[in-house]
Amino acid sequence: MLEVIVQISLLCISIAMVGLIYRVIKGPTIPDRIVALDAIGINLVAVIALVSILLKTNAFLEIILLIGILAFIGTVAFSKYLEKGVIIERDRDH
Amino acid sequence: MIEIIRIIIIVLILIGAFLSLVAAFGVIRLPDVYTRNHAASKAATLGVMSVLLGTFLYFYAEEGHFNSRLILGIIFIFMTSPVAGHLISRAAYNAGVPLADVSVQDDLKTKKGSQVSVNQEKP
Repeated sequence: MLEVIVQISLLCISIAMVGLIYRVIKGPTIPDRIVALDAIGINLVAVIALVSILLKTNAFLEIILLIGILAFIGTVAFSKYLEKGVIIERDRDH
Repeated sequence: MIEIIRIIIIVLILIGAFLSLVAAFGVIRLPDVYTRNHAASKAATLGVMSVLLGTFLYFYAEEGHFNSRLILGIIFIFMTSPVAGHLISRAAYNAGVPLADVSVQDDLKTKKGSQVSVNQEKP
């Protein structure tokens, strides 16, 4: 019962990721693509949680935290690049 | 008791998958980047938090394994995903991405316009 439900949920999340990939390819502006890539990273977390239920192992649960942190850092870096043109600014005193 | 917990796990996972699907449809169908960001950063966050809570309950109930990393993941996603949405939306506005044609009000533009006029009157 639970495995069937988990597989249905994996199918739903896969369809959602395909829709987000459509927005990444077609998106008219750069922020559209960044929003879709951030949502893909968030959905990947759910995929990993469901696969670890399906395989009955808890060895992959660190990856959830890792992908969350990496998606956040990537989105912050991209938005700072869009807004200021640089990601790490130079020190002005020198 | 274990059957009730299984039903709760199933409901949480199905709600999470459904919310992720709704977020993806919103990202496809909404007209401009701000509404797409609205759909993606709220619905996807709640959906993934629901799936992670179901996973945590599964490992706690079925295998007796209290996994604190899942709790940390839920809290981290809850804190950082709206912040990332806010940052990318502000970057889009400052980069000059236009609003959709059907939108009627832009308070930030009028506010910035009045600030620019005040700064121009100063010297």
